Formats: sequence, structure tokens, C-alpha cells
Amino acid sequence: MRKHLLESLYKGPLTEPAPQPDESALQELAAALNRAARRRLGRSLSIREVDAGSCNGCELEINALGNAFYDLERFGLRFVASPRHADVLLVTGPVTANMREALERTWNATPDPKWVVAVGDCAFDGGCFAGSYAVTGGVSQVVPVDLHIGGCPPSPTELLKGLLALLECASA
Amino acid sequence: MAVLTEILRNAAPVEAHQPWPRAVVDVAAWKTAANRLADGALTLAGLWGEANAVHMALIEPATGDIGVISLDCEECRYPSVSRYHPPALRLERAIRDLFGLHPDGLPDDRPWLDHGRWGVRAPLGGRVAEPVTNPPAYDFLPVEGESLHQIPVGPVHAGIIEPGHFRFTANGETVVRLEERLGYVHKGIESLMAGAGLEHAAQLAGRTSGDSTVAYAYAFARASEAATGIGAPPRAVWLRALMAELERLANHLGDIGAICNDASFALMHAHCGVLRERVLRAADGCFGHRLMRDRIVPGGVAVDLDAEGRAAIRALVAEVRLRFPPLVELYDNTASLKDRTVATGILTPALANQYGAGGYVGRASGRAVDARRSPGYAPYDTLEFEVPVLAEGDVDARVWIRIREVEQSLGLVEQILTQLPEGPLRVDVPQRAGEGMAIVEGFRGDVLVWLRLGEDGGVARCHLRDPSWFQWPLLEAVIEGNIVADFPLCNKSFNCSYSGHDL
Repeated sequence: MRKHLLESLYKGPLTEPAPQPDESALQELAAALNRAARRRLGRSLSIREVDAGSCNGCELEINALGNAFYDLERFGLRFVASPRHADVLLVTGPVTANMREALERTWNATPDPKWVVAVGDCAFDGGCFAGSYAVTGGVSQVVPVDLHIGGCPPSPTELLKGLLALLECASA
Repeated sequence: MAVLTEILRNAAPVEAHQPWPRAVVDVAAWKTAANRLADGALTLAGLWGEANAVHMALIEPATGDIGVISLDCEECRYPSVSRYHPPALRLERAIRDLFGLHPDGLPDDRPWLDHGRWGVRAPLGGRVAEPVTNPPAYDFLPVEGESLHQIPVGPVHAGIIEPGHFRFTANGETVVRLEERLGYVHKGIESLMAGAGLEHAAQLAGRTSGDSTVAYAYAFARASEAATGIGAPPRAVWLRALMAELERLANHLGDIGAICNDASFALMHAHCGVLRERVLRAADGCFGHRLMRDRIVPGGVAVDLDAEGRAAIRALVAEVRLRFPPLVELYDNTASLKDRTVATGILTPALANQYGAGGYVGRASGRAVDARRSPGYAPYDTLEFEVPVLAEGDVDARVWIRIREVEQSLGLVEQILTQLPEGPLRVDVPQRAGEGMAIVEGFRGDVLVWLRLGEDGGVARCHLRDPSWFQWPLLEAVIEGNIVADFPLCNKSFNCSYSGHDL
């Protein structure tokens, strides 16, 4: 183990420079955030991920945000284990009928001020699952959405751009 | 005479079913098959319904024979298979929820996928569906005894994982029972499939379980080609295998790190995460998508591999060959980590066999099964690889199977790059009615797709069976007698798909 630890001391880090926050996301968010919230939160956000029926593709890429290349926590963004600790709900999936109540209850358990980020094409409007008896057709059908990050699934870079835009607005 | 041949011989064969036989049986033969499943002469590969019939895919381990038997249901009833053979239980509960077909003698008549939230009952039954009002609360199994307490977990979990509910009953730290409740991510994929065009249906198949998007697209494409009697061009056949091995590599590398992380050994997780990311970046560079989604299509593949891509994959293999062995050594030599994984969550070979468990779950418990070998499919019949098997059945064994499979996949990728034939990437799939089935080895185990195409070339009925159906119930068994804190380890070592199971 010592060898691995030593190696990481003399080798440069793998972590890549931060991407620019997404312009369109910035505009979308400007309307959603208020100054009082920004002052209270500072430049840091706690995120609670909720899978509301995704195929698990989005979860793979959200998990990748924690690897050495993206290193999400350097931006003050971190995933927390409970909605009660969260500022942001990161919601994936078309919201299945069977997950609707769990999502509502998670949203209710998250203290204000809070934001909802819908991740993935099916979280937007149900995507290719729209029209099924078993899905409600998008996160905004169930809880108010502040930002949408598209893609099937969005790459970690796209996720990072969206989250950085959220951070910029929250701390501006 | 072979068991499966005997059952099929006395039944009415269905002509248009490829590449394995399907036959319509009577109630007596259906029960015979259920009994032969129970005595281990046959392995259950799938059990699914449609409006007025049930189908069962069977494998005979002794001969490698595969076949499908179908039973027409009179008055929406059929003899329960799980009455004789417990691995069929959740499949039968799901059939009842989706199609309204009642298995006579079903040992557990609670709903499974239907949580009473769909607004209808039996949405795929094709009959007038009755609306649902006030669904009753789910009855968890009763627990009696002194000093027992229950821990309900989920559906929203603490980590970034899929939703499901686990009801633990513990005596102090020791789990005496785990009861799973799934179905939260049921999206109704099979209802969306019905009537869909082939292209759209292939996309849906590729979104059944995101981590296995290549395996599902692969199995769906092969089933559609079997149903229409065509074959993908040679270059596509080889490129499909290349994508499948890259998907296996990415998932196994991610899992090895994540299992160690659940024992709080973050160093492995960090290093394996880097290797996984390198695989995904190579895939993105070569095929234009990190998970290679929608790259395998009916009739062939959607993208080609150019010289630059070939070099990128060669560089990836060299990198993993350099970086991975020291990590394996680290795993093997860290006593505090092995202390958590060795002898934890043991799955007995008998149980693995009974459930026909595939993938690393089966192979870590003595089952020498791999769909790339048997039934086998091109190009794996011309490639050299070993199927690693261990008998211990613990978390450690499931880690080692993954380690060995990473090594095998690296070898396979190299062979594919060397032997990749030139030629076209895709042929048109003719508009033709027919039935096809395919079994493809995903990273988690065997993915089965059964497909019926209508005269217009569209999907009439498609069933997608994830390997998790035969692995989830085993997780309940392996956790018994382990401490609650070892559940994440056991769970991650299985890494069953919620979405693939819930459909």
C-alpha cells in the first residue's frame, strides 16, 4: 500500500481543470434563485441523489463525478446520505408511478432553500418511457424543477457544467 | 432420451421460432417440466406471459439443449411452477401482476411489481383492466421471536444507487432474515415494446439496465436477426464482441473498487475508478458514447472502428495490463480488507445451481456457466478464453472471479483487434413475421431476450429477462447469519440490477 501512496505523491494529479459553467443553464437558474438563499448557503452545496426510475445509466455517470478526473468535492459539491442534509435533489428517471410517493416524501424532507436538478432525457419528459401506464412522465410532474441536465446519460463533464452553473448562481 | 427432447417431442412445435425449438404443451407436460426443474434435470432460463399463454425457457445442463415450452391458459389460470420450483416464484408473481394470469398453487400470492400505483390492474392482460382504488399496504413476512428488531431500508438509499426496499430482521448485529421488496423502477418497458418499430424497440432494450446497455442491445439485435432469419455482417459480429468486452471491463473494474470501498478501503476504489474511467473514455473516443449506448442495432452496428480507435483501445489494454496487477496484489495482501471479504456472504453451490445463477454470482459458487461458451455465439467460438470458476461462494470469490474476468477480457479485446475482419457494418432487417430468442453474456450474467415480430416487422411481444431475477433471491439467502454491517459488501458483490429486474 505504501508504494501506491508514495506514487501518488510524486506523480501529478489526474484531476482535470474545471469546465466553464453551462451558459444556458446559468440563464435558466438566474430566475430560480434568490439572494437570501445565496447568502445563507455560501459557495457550497450538498446534493442528495434520488433515482426515480432511471435505467441506472445516469447513476453510473453521477458516480463517476467522484473519480480522480472530475473530483467533484473540490468545488464544494458533495453527495449526502439524507435529504435532511441536502440543498439540492439530483433526480434521475422518468419518475415511475411506484417511485412517485418516495420522491415527494424526499422533497418534503429536504429543508428550504432547496433546488431540484433533473438529470437525463427521461427525467425531462419521460423520454422513451413516456406514455407507459407505469411512469408519470418527468420530474417536473411531481416536484418543481430548477434545472435540467439533458443526455442519455449526460457525461460527467455535462453534469459538472450544470452543477457549476447552479453553484455560481447560488453563491453570486 | 434427453429430458427436454422428450418434453418437446410430445408437444405441438411452433414453426417460426429460432434458433431453438418452441412447442405448445398440455398441462401434464407443463407439470412434468416443473418437476424436472425441481429435481435439477432442467434449469429455468425464463418464465413470461402474454395475454392468454405462459412461456418457459428451459436449459438441460447435461446436454446443453435449450427449448421453450408454452401453455395456453384456460380461464386465465395455469399450474404454478414455483409450487415445485421456488426460483420461479417472483416471475410468477410478476406474470400475475402484468397479465392477470393466476398460477394455481402459487405459494406466495402477494403482488410483486404491482404496488397498486398504476391506476390499472394487469396492464398487459389485454382484458378490460379494473381500476385500482386504495391499494392495501404490502404484507411483509411475519416475524416472531425474542430479541428481534427490524431495520427498514429504502426505497431511497443513502448512496448513489437504484431504489429498492430491504427489510432486515436482526438479532443484535446478526441478520436473521432479509426480505427484499422490488418493483420501484418498473417502467412498463414490455408494454412500450408492444407495437413499437424495431429501431425504437432496440433503444428501449438498451435502456433496460444502463450498465448492461451493450449486452441488452446485443441480445435484442440477435433475437431480431434470429426471428427474421438473417445474420449480421462479420465485421459487425466482431465489433459487437469488442463493445461487450469493453462493457464487461468497465463494470468489473468499477465493481472491484466499489466492493472494497464498502469495506472502507477507499484506495482501491480510487485506483479502480481511474481505470474504469479510462475504459469509458476509450469507448467514447472509438464509438462516440461512453456507455456505447445504441451502437449495436438490429442488422449490425451503427459505428465503425477506425485506425485511431484501434490504437486507442490498444493503449487502453496496455495501460490496464500495467496498472491492474499491482492493484490485485494490493487486494490480496491487505489482511484487514480480506478479513471483511473472506467467508462473508457465502452462497452454496447447491443454491446457485437450483436458481441457475449466472455471471460471477454463479461462477463464484462452482457453476461453470458462461453464455459465450454455452450456448455460445460468434465470434466467441473462434476466440480463446477461460471461464474462471471458484467454489467458495463468498464475497472474496466474487471479487476474484471479476479479477480473472478482467484479465480474460483484456485478452479477448486483443484477439478481436487482431482478427477484426473488413466489410460492411449493417444489413437491412427484412419486414417479416417470426419469433427469435437470444442469450448473451453480459457482465452480470446471461441476458435473455425473446421476441415475436408481426407481419409489419414491428414488435408484437418482447420479453427481456435480466440475470438478476435469479440472483436477487439468493442475496436474501447469503446475508443470513452475517452482521448488518456486511450487507453493503454482500449486496455490492452481487450488484444486481434493479432496473433490469423491475423492467
